[in-house]
Formats: sequence, C-alpha cells, structure tokens
Amino acid sequence: MELTSLERDMLAGEHGEGTALAMKVQVGTGRAFYAKRMVPITRAHVAASAQEGDVYFVTKLVDLGARCLVSPTTNPSMDLAYVDDHLSSLTGEGRARVEASNEAYRRIGATLTLSCTPELEKNVPSFGEVVAFSESSATPYVNSVLGARSNRESSISALCAAVTGRVPEYGYLLDENRRAEILVEVEAKVDDDFDWSLLGYAYPQKYKGAEVPVFTGIDKRPTPEGFLQFGAELATSGAVAMYHVAGITPEAPTVAAALGGNAVKERVTITDADLDRVREQFSGEPGPIEYAMLGCPHLTIRQVGEIAALVNGKRLAVDTWILVSSLTRELAERMGYLSVIHRAGGHVVADTCMDIPGCWDTYYGRPGVTESQKCAFYCQVYGQRYAVRPLAQAIQAALTGEVVK
Amino acid sequence: MSELEYACRPISEGAGEGEALLSTDALCFALCEPDTGCVLEKGHCLDGRSVAGRILVMPTGKGSSVVQADGLYRLIIKGTAPAAVIIQTPEPVLVSTIIAMEVPLVDTVDPAFYDEVEDGDHIRVDAVAGSVVLTKASAATDEGDA
Repeated sequence: MELTSLERDMLAGEHGEGTALAMKVQVGTGRAFYAKRMVPITRAHVAASAQEGDVYFVTKLVDLGARCLVSPTTNPSMDLAYVDDHLSSLTGEGRARVEASNEAYRRIGATLTLSCTPELEKNVPSFGEVVAFSESSATPYVNSVLGARSNRESSISALCAAVTGRVPEYGYLLDENRRAEILVEVEAKVDDDFDWSLLGYAYPQKYKGAEVPVFTGIDKRPTPEGFLQFGAELATSGAVAMYHVAGITPEAPTVAAALGGNAVKERVTITDADLDRVREQFSGEPGPIEYAMLGCPHLTIRQVGEIAALVNGKRLAVDTWILVSSLTRELAERMGYLSVIHRAGGHVVADTCMDIPGCWDTYYGRPGVTESQKCAFYCQVYGQRYAVRPLAQAIQAALTGEVVK
Repeated sequence: MSELEYACRPISEGAGEGEALLSTDALCFALCEPDTGCVLEKGHCLDGRSVAGRILVMPTGKGSSVVQADGLYRLIIKGTAPAAVIIQTPEPVLVSTIIAMEVPLVDTVDPAFYDEVEDGDHIRVDAVAGSVVLTKASAATDEGDA
C-alpha cells in the first residue's frame, strides 16, 4: 500500500504512539484487503460500548496520546442515573467500566451521542460521501439506503479512522465492489417492519457469502425503521453491509443498474416459508414473561408514539424498557408520549443498550419479549430467553404478562 | 512424524501453535463462553466445542461490530482465546479486531493445506515469515503400523 508522507509519519510515531497504533491497525487491515492507498473521511461513527474489550482499546489509544481528527458519534452505553433509580444500582466493575468508557471517549475527542442510529439523526452522510461507520445495523443503512460509502468497520477500526482521519481504500469504497452479484427473488410477502427484519435474518441463512445482493420483487418502499431492522438482521445472521433493493435504493434504479455489468453469480429465492422459519426460530415458548426489552436498534419517535397509543390508559404487567436516543426521548416528552408511557408503568430510557454487562443482570436467565431478533441472538450468552414478536404484539405481551403462540 | 509446510499471507503478526479446530461456519467470538472457550451458538458446526489454545481454521468472521472485539478480549483475559486463526476470506471486523488484540492471523494458505488438514492435527502458524506447518495427528500411528 502506498502511503503519503503524512501517513508514513503517523505510522512511524511522529504524531504520537496512539496515532501510530491506530495507523498500524488500519494499514494492516488495508493490506489484508489489497488497498492501494488511504483516503480521507468526513464522518465517523464508533460502535463504542461499555464492554470490556472496547474500554480496553479506547483507553489504550487515549493513554498513548491519540486524539480524533474527525470527531465520531458513539454507540449507546447506559444511563446510569436512570437505571439506578428504576432497576438496580450498577456497582463495582460494571459501573467503573461505564464511567471509564464515557471518560475515555470524551478525552479522545468523540461526540457522546450514545445512540446506535446516528444515520437517522446527528450524523447523516450524503450520497457518495466516504465515511467510517461501525455499528453493524448502521453500516448497511449508510451504504445501501443513503448511498454513502463505508466498509463494515469494527468499533476498533472506526475509532482508528476517527483518530487518523482516513481509511484504507478497499471494499465498498470502490465502485466495482458496490455492484450486486447475487439476485434475490423475494416471493414472500414483505409488508411491515417486522417482515423486513425476518427477510434480513432469512437471506444469510440461504446464502452465506458476503457478495452484494440485489433484492427484487419488492414493490413497496419500507419505512426507515423497516430498512434499519432489515440491515440489523442481515448483519446479525450474516455479514452483509451493502445491498440493493431494485427500484427503491439509490444505486439500483433497475436490477441491471444494481448489477452494473456483473453476471449473476447465484440466484436465491426467499419464500413465505423462509420467513416463517425465522419467525419460528425466534418465537420462544408461549407463557409468562417477566420483562419487555424494546429498541435494538433504538426505536424512533414514530415507534414510541405507536407504543404510547397502545398503552394509553392501561397498565403494563411487566417491566417494559423502551430504548431510544436522547433526541427521541426529548421529542417523546414534548409529544406527551413519555407521560403516557410512564403512567402505564413503562420506561423510556436514553443512551442505553440492551447488551451492557451489569446493566440488565436482573433479567439474566429469565424469559422476556423483544421486537428484535438481534437482541435475542446476542443475549443468548446471558441466558436471556426472548420471544421475538412484532412491536405491537410485544407490547400486548407486556400488558398481559405473557406471550401467546 | 512428517511435517508439511505451506505458504500463507500474514495479516496479524505473531506465532502460535496447537491442535487444529476446523469450522465450516464463520464464527463470532462473542458467542463463545469465556471461561471455557466453548462455542454457544445453536446450529453452529462448532456448537459446544472449545476454541481455547486451538488453531482455528474457518472461512471468515461474522457478527456485530462491537461484540467481536469484546468477545475476543474476554477470551484473551481468561486464557481461552485461539492460539492463532487461519481464514480463507478476510472480513473487516474480524481483521481489525484481531490485529488490535494481537492474535496471529493468516490467510491465502496454499490450497493443498485444505486437502490435508483435519481436526486435531498439530499446526504451527508463523504469521511473520508466512508459513503454516502441519503435523498429521494420524501420522505417528500410521508409521507405527507400517
């Protein structure tokens, strides 16, 4: 890989050891992908978390003197004060980790948005813009729905990009790698946001490769939330960070445009039975639940409004956690949704992720309901037994305290 | 015991040796139990088997951008991380995580390696010079029988 004199200096430690370490990770990654050079970025999003591995790396970088050239937005951690008051007080190592994470990201020069949906608010890339976005649900959205250009960055590589202000040029930064190779014929009925999440989970089960797919047979544009959940599940079930939906996404006015001259390498058909299989895989056991965990990725103001309408004047039977960005929580307050949900006994909490060790220990090993296959998948490791249901059905379960088949 | 040596491309520098653990599925380290290194993912071809100290041979990585790093870090501090990883196709999250966490990683191993290697064979990975040295687990027995 050819480096400029500035990049060589960064790698050699002329800009401090922290910047050198960031550059080492990026150059190593660039070489792995045969990148010829590095290119500047104008935005970054770091999937920061209060998880041990992440705190270890950001602390190491900042202690070595690294500072961000491009201030990245950050993923959620947890609202310590809110969780203290309403669930349990995080103590010891867990609390120290949350505080250390916020402190380290502040010191390195990140913007602490603490939300996993930066591409919907506060850090929205334009068509063609080269960016470094980690957060596996954000990257497909940025590439596919907005037409900006990001590789599937890890929290680590995105942070390194924010520090050095550049990324190795490979993968989805190059025109030829953004063109589709896999033709996906969707015969299944895909109507609502939940159908999109099922489709997102189902596709990598049928085709395991990471080549760019173009989905056809979709005639109705999904909502932003539908796109968001689709991308989240594509990246949970597989490693797809770029897709096209013919006639809908910006680089795919037609199937031929999406293919851009590529031959179709494989045809994949997705039927109702494929979606039903995913539905069944995540359906959980019918019966009592002890909590509802909603917002992986963070719910939008529209979804919070829907929840408010469903619980208005009622009482939730189980602990109900609605995870959102701080902006969405502020809007929910202005719109009166917050009061409605509070009166029903629910919680709308900002800045918080469902996968923060220590935060949700109360629910480990316990049955709950969620709207997200991604949440259910990653929380297996804590023994949390989730039934996954469309949002309205999940709220219904929270109101009655049980999930039905 | 005969050793078979194959060329490869170093991605994350270092060296490691141990028993081969072959996976036909991509792996996310967050779905490994940190105390034992055992894979917890239902339906994964390694479900219930431990990556600890092994030379993990797999197609590529998968999983969300945060959990891969955290998962690998937890394995490292518990001493249950793989000794080295051999992949067929680089994947950005896996590659950047492994470089940052300083686990040896190589790819583009001579295709002949994949014809020979089996679970339990001894492998030595040199992710500086770029070599993979394979000692068949069955070799000692075969020679004894002869």
